[in-house]
Amino acid sequence: MTFEWIQIAYAALTLFIVINYGLIMTAVVRKIGARVGGRYGIPVWQNYIDLVKNFALRSKISHGVMFYLGPVFRLTGGIGLLLFVPTIYGSVMFQNFSFAGDLILALYFIFFGTLGMALGAGESGHPLAAIGVSRGLAQVTAAELPLALAVFAISLQYQTLNITEIVAAQQGSIFNWTLFTNPVATVAAMFAFVGTMMRSPFDVVIAPQEIPIGPPTEYHSAYLALMQTNRVLFPVAKVVIYMNLFFGGATNWAEFSIKVFSIYMVSVLIGVVHPRFRVEQSIRFFLKWGLPVGVLAILMV
Amino acid sequence: MKDVDKSFRKDTETEIPLREELQPRTVTAPDGQKIEIDPLQDYFCQEPPKVHKQSYLKIVEDFYNWARANSLWILGFGTGCGAIEMRPLMTPRFDAYRYGIQWRPTPRQANLLVISGYLSVKTLKRAIRAYEQMPSPKYVMGLGSCTINGGMYWDSYNTIKKLDEYLPVDLYIAGCMPRPEALLAGFMELKKKIRKGEGEGANKYAENFDWYKANQKSVIKDWDMPDYNW
Repeated sequence: MTFEWIQIAYAALTLFIVINYGLIMTAVVRKIGARVGGRYGIPVWQNYIDLVKNFALRSKISHGVMFYLGPVFRLTGGIGLLLFVPTIYGSVMFQNFSFAGDLILALYFIFFGTLGMALGAGESGHPLAAIGVSRGLAQVTAAELPLALAVFAISLQYQTLNITEIVAAQQGSIFNWTLFTNPVATVAAMFAFVGTMMRSPFDVVIAPQEIPIGPPTEYHSAYLALMQTNRVLFPVAKVVIYMNLFFGGATNWAEFSIKVFSIYMVSVLIGVVHPRFRVEQSIRFFLKWGLPVGVLAILMV
Repeated sequence: MKDVDKSFRKDTETEIPLREELQPRTVTAPDGQKIEIDPLQDYFCQEPPKVHKQSYLKIVEDFYNWARANSLWILGFGTGCGAIEMRPLMTPRFDAYRYGIQWRPTPRQANLLVISGYLSVKTLKRAIRAYEQMPSPKYVMGLGSCTINGGMYWDSYNTIKKLDEYLPVDLYIAGCMPRPEALLAGFMELKKKIRKGEGEGANKYAENFDWYKANQKSVIKDWDMPDYNW
């Protein structure tokens, strides 16, 4: 990887586009959900207003340094995940900081935010936050197993740990996508995908109806605004990884937005028809169904 | 009729002892270290509320007020029968979400406390704690005649009558019970007030803190919490 200063500006531009895309996309998804339910739904710019409102709140209470750093770590996880993988394949501007071993780093960054949140929510001193975090960590760990196995499978298949090379190998035809060349690994990874998107049936961690409302219980005003930013950024960043690994990547922003939206809708559609799992149920689900598929994917390669 | 009179609570002289879990105590840790614990001192911040200034530029404050008005997050906290009138607002028939109104489960993330009906003294304590934990600027809405003058509970032995004496109310919605339409109209009124910059209840509370505390303590006899709980 060669570094040039202009890359920082390009990375900032990527970040700007993706955050705005995420803000609008999550609102559109909520709007679709509302329309299906017969409601009018929130305005599509509601996420922006909520962000401004949260920054505009006057009183902020900190419970300590780690409480402050929790959302920062979480946002770092999201930004890192996004910036170290190629967002647009073949584009000089949006290649960002991808390098030879970025697949491993991406796996790490998916987990990074959750760990930061665990430390931050732990310091808030709220017992419900601590319970929420331990539930979240347990569930995310179980959900990551099939993803890790699927990633091993495709890195064996393509003989590389570089996401750009994996995307390059999938170009040409839709049948070159990993989805068709290695469907078992894709299925295993999709288990992890629906498991970590924090949507039903795996959203017991942050669901307001359960323990209110899990890790962010004590977070408010600007802290919450940071977490909101991450909540729109992180899913998109995660979808970008999946898009690159399994669905052929994107060569321009139009393809990017269509693919990200479709992959995101997979978790939404699964979410609306399935009731919420308890944590032990979802862990059992991942170990019983996700893990064997992941092992199978490795064996088949 | 004032809330506090002789008939309100008999035997106001007897001190109510502190609950067991709130009493100061010494705990021995597994390694033999002795730890002094005073729950009322350790678990809460006792600092009185501050008056928060507005932004220096009026245009910035107006912009903030616009955002605050269009993103009202209600604390999911129902006190009386009025709580049942809030639920239809989430349904397709009324759909309050289209006005930027959402429900939050924790006071830390809520801006609007809807006192939805009569407040017994026991619930008042929880309402005060919830209100004080909300980040400023925060708004209070009194729902139904019970919060205005006691309503049908005007001579109850255990219900407060004027909510305004205990929490700074921004807006009342009259009726017994007000229908969800009335609630929606109330939200719209509140939005107008916020946009005009009149939603300064939190500062009013901070300025008249002693008066509010005296009123609260005159009805809550088993005051087993700090004066201000963050």
